Amino acid sequence: MRLRREGERILEWRLFLWSPTDSGFGNLSPVNSRSSHWPRFPLQEAPTGRRRYRDSMDRFIPNRSAMDFDYAHYMVTMGRTAKENMEGKSPGKVAYQKRLAEALNMNRTRVLAFRNKPPISSTSIPHEPLLDRPPKPPKPQRSIPQTAERTLDAPDLVDDYYLNLLDWGSSNVLSIALGNTVYLWDASNRSTSELVTVDDDCGPVTSVSWSSDGRHIAMGLNNSEVQLWDYTTNRLLRTLNGGHTRRVGSLAWNSHILTTGGRDGRIVNNDVRVRSHIVGTFRGHSHEVCGLKWSACGQQLASGGNDNTLYIWDRSLASLNAPSQWLHRLEDHASAVKALAWCPFQGNLLASGGGMEDNCIKFWNTDTGSCLNSIDTGSQVCALLWSNKERELLSSHGFTQNQLTLWKYPSMVKMADLNGHTSRVLFMAQSPDGCTVASAAADETLRFWNVFGAPEVAKPSPKYKPEPFANVYRIR
Amino acid sequence: MASKTASKDIITLRGSSAIVSEFFGYAANSILYNRGVYPEESFARVKKYGLPMLLTQDEGVKSFLADINSQLSEWLEAGKLQRVVLVIMSKATGEVLERWNFRIETDAEVIEKGISREKSDKEIMREIQAIMRQIASSITYLPCLDETCVFDVLAYTDKDVAVPFSWFESDPKLIANPQMVKLHSFDTRIHKVDTLVSYKNDEWDEE
Repeated sequence: MRLRREGERILEWRLFLWSPTDSGFGNLSPVNSRSSHWPRFPLQEAPTGRRRYRDSMDRFIPNRSAMDFDYAHYMVTMGRTAKENMEGKSPGKVAYQKRLAEALNMNRTRVLAFRNKPPISSTSIPHEPLLDRPPKPPKPQRSIPQTAERTLDAPDLVDDYYLNLLDWGSSNVLSIALGNTVYLWDASNRSTSELVTVDDDCGPVTSVSWSSDGRHIAMGLNNSEVQLWDYTTNRLLRTLNGGHTRRVGSLAWNSHILTTGGRDGRIVNNDVRVRSHIVGTFRGHSHEVCGLKWSACGQQLASGGNDNTLYIWDRSLASLNAPSQWLHRLEDHASAVKALAWCPFQGNLLASGGGMEDNCIKFWNTDTGSCLNSIDTGSQVCALLWSNKERELLSSHGFTQNQLTLWKYPSMVKMADLNGHTSRVLFMAQSPDGCTVASAAADETLRFWNVFGAPEVAKPSPKYKPEPFANVYRIR
Repeated sequence: MASKTASKDIITLRGSSAIVSEFFGYAANSILYNRGVYPEESFARVKKYGLPMLLTQDEGVKSFLADINSQLSEWLEAGKLQRVVLVIMSKATGEVLERWNFRIETDAEVIEKGISREKSDKEIMREIQAIMRQIASSITYLPCLDETCVFDVLAYTDKDVAVPFSWFESDPKLIANPQMVKLHSFDTRIHKVDTLVSYKNDEWDEE
């Protein structure tokens, strides 16, 4: 009997809920102020009650004319006297209610919510916009080929950990610097061509990077110059000098800005369109800048150096005249930080890999600078690549196995170890279609691995299915 | 509020309430940013607690949090606030996906007698900083929120609190069979705040 009345009172409370469309609750009589101590009715928390309200998640829009204020008021005042009558109830019932209330922690607490609700984000973009969520039923496992699909010769590849001699452009052409010469390998017809051979006093070539449109190649040289070539016409467009005093070992493009990192520890932002190309400098590293990567949105730059430091720079803090202050300075690595990779599905997640004394892959939230995870891989980390298709990370290593390791993110479970190279795998680049990874090692070979997926282009060899991302994979 | 003595600072009830409600404001912003409830671009970076914290620039959200915070401060000064819960729900289904639970223990002696306590400001800041870092790193284990979400704030108060006009009684919006992770806590010697996040089990988690 008493239960039913309580239930009705609760329903009354629901009538006073503020709805997003209704804006005029200003005149509600203060029935909600209570000083009585009756226990909150536990049924509201019970599964049955809750389910009822949860089903109709649309807030009830009250119809004022239909509300019976007299009855509501009566219920409120009646409740006060009802409490005094409580002693008259059977002790069993009282005890039961008390136990129930305690179990649900409601005997001394009331839960309040604010009437005005925060605005609903209309353009809320979840932090993983780019990656397709895997379908809910467990995915069939794809088979990761354990051997390289192709091996090419790369003679005179400089065995220097701090350089970046390999890049794969969006035009599906791979560029690799071997000594003083930059070669281009067209992946679509598998033809090789030579772009340029620089003079002995300029070279060797210390870094190579395609612009995002796939038309221009930037080359950093040992004499601190940077050459900019047009791939389609095979012409030298311009030479950037004056930014560095020593060799330029790392390059990163951000639309029309070419960021260069040098052995002098300086990071220079060059606007390649204008005559006086230096538009900003980032000073912070005390040793060679070997890793340089812009985030996908182009707002943040990650730089790793031989001083074991990882810096995060923000574009909004870059200024023309004064060297800019870094956003974060992260010194967790115990060795040179060359391997850097921004996560494609989470804009502020960066993976970094440490060198010989460190062997760790660390994950960072670049907005707050906090280290999210650290994995000891047991071997020098030379390069890192995120998969654009799945939540996976590929790392390349040196002594002793010289392997490429595929990790599942975020669990960091090893999915595969790809062996083949006989010397440390210094450089890695990803194909534009995201399926293939090219790796170049000190053993002077360039190997291609279909580690991220089977390429959709119909190849001469029959084992690849013609339809893209075939849903039926062979279970290994 | 706090006068610099040797290494400890004097903390009054009002000061402690201010610290806690300010913490809640920043924590709520951090959660909204990290869980993707509002787009990243609508947040601006400020320095607080020695960390770069993100604050929403959306006027609606700002005023909502400001209104709530003023009420929370009042309740904290009266010692009536037991916990604050930030609930994240799916916009489409209204299902509760996450509950960020900040439990507050108030030193009753301070409320009754109006005395103050001593604790180093720096120490409190350090503790808060630890919690903020944990919130930021929670993305590594919390299930992804792919759909558009909305959030709400619930306040657990003492029974005898006069419910102000702009608040109403609500159900606690609990999650059935949640996974729970307890984060660090901080203590101003007057208020002790524990942080806990409970979330819906993501059955398709790769683990």
